[in-house]
Amino acid sequence: MHDKTLTQLKAGLDAGDFSARELTEHLLARIEQLDPRLNSFVTRTAEQARAQADAADQARAAGTNAPLAGLPLAHKDIFCTDGVRTACGSRMLDNFVAPYDATVVEKMQAAGAVMLGKTNMDEFAMGSSNETSYYGPARNPWNTDKVPGGSSGGSAAAVAARLTPAATGTDTGGSIRQPAALNGLTGLKPTYGRVSRWGMIAFASSLDQAGPLARTAEDCALLLGAMAGHDPKDSTCVDRPVEDYSAALTGDIQGLKIGLPEQFFPEHLDGRIGDATREAVRELEKRGAKVQWVSLPHLDLSVPAYYVIAPAEASSNLARFDGVRYGYRCAQPQSLEDLYKRSRAEGFGSEVKRRILVGTYALSEGYYEAYYGRAQRVRTRIRDDFQKALSEVDVLLGPTAPECAFDIGAKTDDPVTMYMQDVFTIAVNLAGLPALSMPAGLVDGLPVGVQAIGDYFREGRILNLAHAFQQATDWHEKAPAFGGEA
Amino acid sequence: MAIDHTTVERTAHLARIRLEDGDAEDLYGRLNEILGLVDQLQQADVDGIEPMAHPLDLDQPLRPDEVTASDNRDKILRLAPAEEDGCFLVPRVIE
Repeated sequence: MHDKTLTQLKAGLDAGDFSARELTEHLLARIEQLDPRLNSFVTRTAEQARAQADAADQARAAGTNAPLAGLPLAHKDIFCTDGVRTACGSRMLDNFVAPYDATVVEKMQAAGAVMLGKTNMDEFAMGSSNETSYYGPARNPWNTDKVPGGSSGGSAAAVAARLTPAATGTDTGGSIRQPAALNGLTGLKPTYGRVSRWGMIAFASSLDQAGPLARTAEDCALLLGAMAGHDPKDSTCVDRPVEDYSAALTGDIQGLKIGLPEQFFPEHLDGRIGDATREAVRELEKRGAKVQWVSLPHLDLSVPAYYVIAPAEASSNLARFDGVRYGYRCAQPQSLEDLYKRSRAEGFGSEVKRRILVGTYALSEGYYEAYYGRAQRVRTRIRDDFQKALSEVDVLLGPTAPECAFDIGAKTDDPVTMYMQDVFTIAVNLAGLPALSMPAGLVDGLPVGVQAIGDYFREGRILNLAHAFQQATDWHEKAPAFGGEA
Repeated sequence: MAIDHTTVERTAHLARIRLEDGDAEDLYGRLNEILGLVDQLQQADVDGIEPMAHPLDLDQPLRPDEVTASDNRDKILRLAPAEEDGCFLVPRVIE
């Protein structure tokens, strides 16, 4: 059962081939047996999963059928879950049990999904390798000496290892797309404002967005349909009808105009990743797409702009963790200031502290305009570049990440090299556009991802492009050998 | 713009993070590497360009002016490291 996609599992449940309870038991056993080698889950919720599966079976027997009834998934541990710990990869929240469910969690539950557990992640979603997690790194099932990417690394590793058919993630600078690429999955970051962020622990509020990780575009369409929609509890969540994403998957891309930004194919790009991307482009051309070169002239400034804007917003968002109302408190504080300073020094890991300090500095008196003001103006330039390119073509295409999964520990001593992992994904968050990563090859036995970027609220169009590609190729069906014995 | 030890210490105070003696040296190096990266912004031509704070040009939506807040005081207080009589406890701030 674990080899099936979400869409195939839905068909199996509908046909009565197996029950939601049987499916859930199978995956819970698989997680218990295999996850000690991956560390992709930080919390397992077996009892709740069994209860939700039984409820789904009963609802199905009674003739009601919610869109995700009985389908298992895992939530990134950034989404608050009522009564189940939400630690966000941090010692700061190691003891935090949210008093409510995030809207995404609530919506998935209302759609009938079964929560198997909460997945590992970089601390407060700050990282590209899952190595900043307080709970230790998750491992890549394609090669367990390699990182699964980040920050949604646990979600991606769990789906790739067939421990769950789908998982939620969040993407502030590439945190859904890069792990999807490194694990051979399809992962979608929707348009900023498409999915509610209520109950999703904030990192950088003008960039954060939630989305699905699964094996296929078809599965992502199904999941996004359940996740998206207006939420009065999130003032940035757009009140606009949700497209029928599954209906958008016609597989027809005849005449679709694809732009290749020249900056996505720099001279120093790993040739094998460039080749896999060009091969995907040829496949899409065969299916009727029209391809042309375009330019995003300010793309090289996206990483510098992001590393001012994201830390600045993080320094403000993470000010709430003060040791007073919830979360970690240091032992025997001598004064209120001592309580704040030691709780934060001991509760946060080193990457989170670095980003808070960079953000605080960028916003401090005398530096605000030179850093934050300038980064916001560069952001305008980057958005304008995208708008110009997307007035010429329908979709932009390029590699998702500059390299395949790298060794655990290889970049932990060098934050700036780690930041460059997101060189092709970050600009999309700055502009607020939707984008997905889809599997498009293997290099030395490790997956390569190709990124498709659409115009605002055109998730259906990029999902259809990925669907057309997945009808013509079988990269999305490749599975790691890991766990094949179980 | 490289930063010196005094600036790092002042910034850490503003962020209310105690610097550990052991990792202070490492932190100066790392912060300066990151600032070296973001200093590329100084080359950008942004004359006359408006700053962008948010991806969508949206009006701030308003909701009806009705009481909606849920009362889960007890649930929230149970999360506090220290509480008493419905209040969060902190070290004495008024002598």
